[in-house]
Amino acid sequence: MAKQRTEVADIDRSLYDFRYGEEGFERLDAGLTPEIVTEISQRKDEPEWMLEFRLKSLEIYNRMPNPTWGPSIAGLDMDHIVTYVKPNTDQKADWDSVPDDIKNTFERLGIPEAERSYLAGVGAQYDSELVYHNMQDTASKMGIVYSGIEEALHEPKWEAIIREKFMTLIPPTDHKFAALHGAVWSGGSFVYVPKGVKLDFPLQSYFRLNAAGAGQFEHTLIIVEDDADLHFIEGCSAPKYNVANLHAGAVELFVGKRAHLRYSTIENWSKNMYNLNTKRARCDEEGEIEWISGSFGSHVGYLYPMSVLAGRRSKSSFTGITFAGAGQNLDTGCKVVLGAPETTATVETKGISKGGGIQTFRSSIVATPAAEGSAATVSCQSLMLDDESRSDTIPSMDIRAKNVDIGHEATIGRIGDDKIFYLMSRGISEEEARTMIVNGFANPVSKELPLEYAVEMNNLIKLEMEGAIG
Amino acid sequence: MSTEALLSVSNLTASVDEKTILHGVDLSVRAGETHVLMGPNGAGKSTMGHVIMGDPVYTVNEGTIAFDGADITELSCDKRSRAGLFLSFQAPVEIPGVPLSSFLRASIAGRPGLEMRGKEFRRRVKELAAQLDMDTAYLNRELGVGFSGGEKKKVEMLQLLLLQPKLAILDETDSGLDVDALSVVSRGMDAYRASCDGSLIIITHNTRILEHLSVDRVHVMVGGRIVREDDASLIPWIDEHGFESFEREAADAAEAR
Repeated sequence: MAKQRTEVADIDRSLYDFRYGEEGFERLDAGLTPEIVTEISQRKDEPEWMLEFRLKSLEIYNRMPNPTWGPSIAGLDMDHIVTYVKPNTDQKADWDSVPDDIKNTFERLGIPEAERSYLAGVGAQYDSELVYHNMQDTASKMGIVYSGIEEALHEPKWEAIIREKFMTLIPPTDHKFAALHGAVWSGGSFVYVPKGVKLDFPLQSYFRLNAAGAGQFEHTLIIVEDDADLHFIEGCSAPKYNVANLHAGAVELFVGKRAHLRYSTIENWSKNMYNLNTKRARCDEEGEIEWISGSFGSHVGYLYPMSVLAGRRSKSSFTGITFAGAGQNLDTGCKVVLGAPETTATVETKGISKGGGIQTFRSSIVATPAAEGSAATVSCQSLMLDDESRSDTIPSMDIRAKNVDIGHEATIGRIGDDKIFYLMSRGISEEEARTMIVNGFANPVSKELPLEYAVEMNNLIKLEMEGAIG
Repeated sequence: MSTEALLSVSNLTASVDEKTILHGVDLSVRAGETHVLMGPNGAGKSTMGHVIMGDPVYTVNEGTIAFDGADITELSCDKRSRAGLFLSFQAPVEIPGVPLSSFLRASIAGRPGLEMRGKEFRRRVKELAAQLDMDTAYLNRELGVGFSGGEKKKVEMLQLLLLQPKLAILDETDSGLDVDALSVVSRGMDAYRASCDGSLIIITHNTRILEHLSVDRVHVMVGGRIVREDDASLIPWIDEHGFESFEREAADAAEAR
């Protein structure tokens, strides 16, 4: 009664894997020079300080080495990544005036539908530029600002704030791709929630990279003032091309005193994407950041959202899931700096590997001497779906404070044959049984997502599990 | 009662990791009958149940299993389930993150006559839970996670009543249960037989569960072989004498081989 199992090299990604031509689009030459950086800045009609910032970042980028401690990025030839692709449209606030192929893309991804049904505001970025931005009246009446970051940069009031905060949490000196981002960033969102304002519905942005061999470098800057509350969702996808694409975005989140920010991401870049994204949050006294993170796409991923707990009793929680299938090497996790007394952090992650995929969980908890009375727990569970896949756990802890309580637990396992047999003995097919077990494993993450996203995540898992059994 | 066998196991030899557990077992059950498979620990009773259900851990080296007129020896276990076979597990598994109700729904999906709409399904499951003294809060809990031994067995009985199989194999469903749970299991078996005239193979080494049951046939297994077959009168005899005489005979027979 021996059973044969075969792996399918690639899954049906037709839902995400569509693309349109680039007629009428402007493309800058591939490769990176001060001239290209200056041209990007000029086209955007930016303030002088931003151009200087870009050029300085480019210098840093040129002298910094590639990271050597993680998955290989040898397949990424920076001379051939087109840094800037401007779609043939300017930003629209009226969905009907967005060009048809771009509109079709987002309609297929369900973005306008989601906006109609439950979102307070939506921004959609296509390649390097925001193409659509809209917010419900109620949110703007509350004084909430949700706009393109470039747009905000042209208003003196916000320019001053952006200048004060921009790339202070993620300085260009942080790593090579932060420097690259500083030099060529384009598009992204700016959100400002005033003191005491609590928004009941999430804001959402959706990033879509359509052009082949291009990079997406959006910058998201969110400021949640004291006692305010926000849920922000980002989704990302791209069709598959044979050349490498690069995503090196940056997310900087400022959470005020007693404020609360939930930042949810479902990342489903195509499997030729190098996702070298950096996300950081800083919390003031009793402020709270909650990260929800699902990583499904990309060829190579480096992603470690970081919380800097700078104020007394501030809190961070991270709930994440990573699914690495054939040809994927996803190195994900989370960083926390306990930088004040009585801060708390929880990290709960799930990792799944299949079809030779490599999934690595990497975490770093640093307790500074100021962190007295702080606590952190890290829990990481991995599931390997076959013998050729790999899951690793690399936790790191650096404790420099007295009276802190840090815990870590990790388990790596497989789907037990007894579980499959049990489900099958109730008439459930093998494929369905495996999908059910994997969905159950992912449940602690999906239950944290808004329903539409939880459904999308379950569908992504189903898509990954389809055809896995011969 | 038809004369045609519902289940017919002939000359079944099965092994795990190159070790033969079952040696040429024959067993025949007609529709509506209740059989008991008894024997000391390690006799191969559970293996018998798992092999009939199609557990891929075991390899069938020889013999055939016919069920409801078809040879199912090579059939995968999900298809055996859909053909009307059921195994109540001695140690049901835990599936974190999967609510019991979702699992139950998946188990009846696509079964003619059993698939139900949401409302009807919920009503039916609640009804069965009440019948088994089960708190309906369990339906929203993760399958098996944090369930006591007794609760797990109740969930097995709930599935038996929901799926209404033609033949149910109950593998030590009575083991480790207190008196109350035991009476719930007995009630479940009665309800099953009453509702669909189902057949039963009860695997046990304890005669207590059999007290209120009308048993058609008793099979004693020792060392992977059926060493004795008789009617229900064998039960009180075993109650008094245990399996020692069967084990001695089996040892003598092994020496003779």
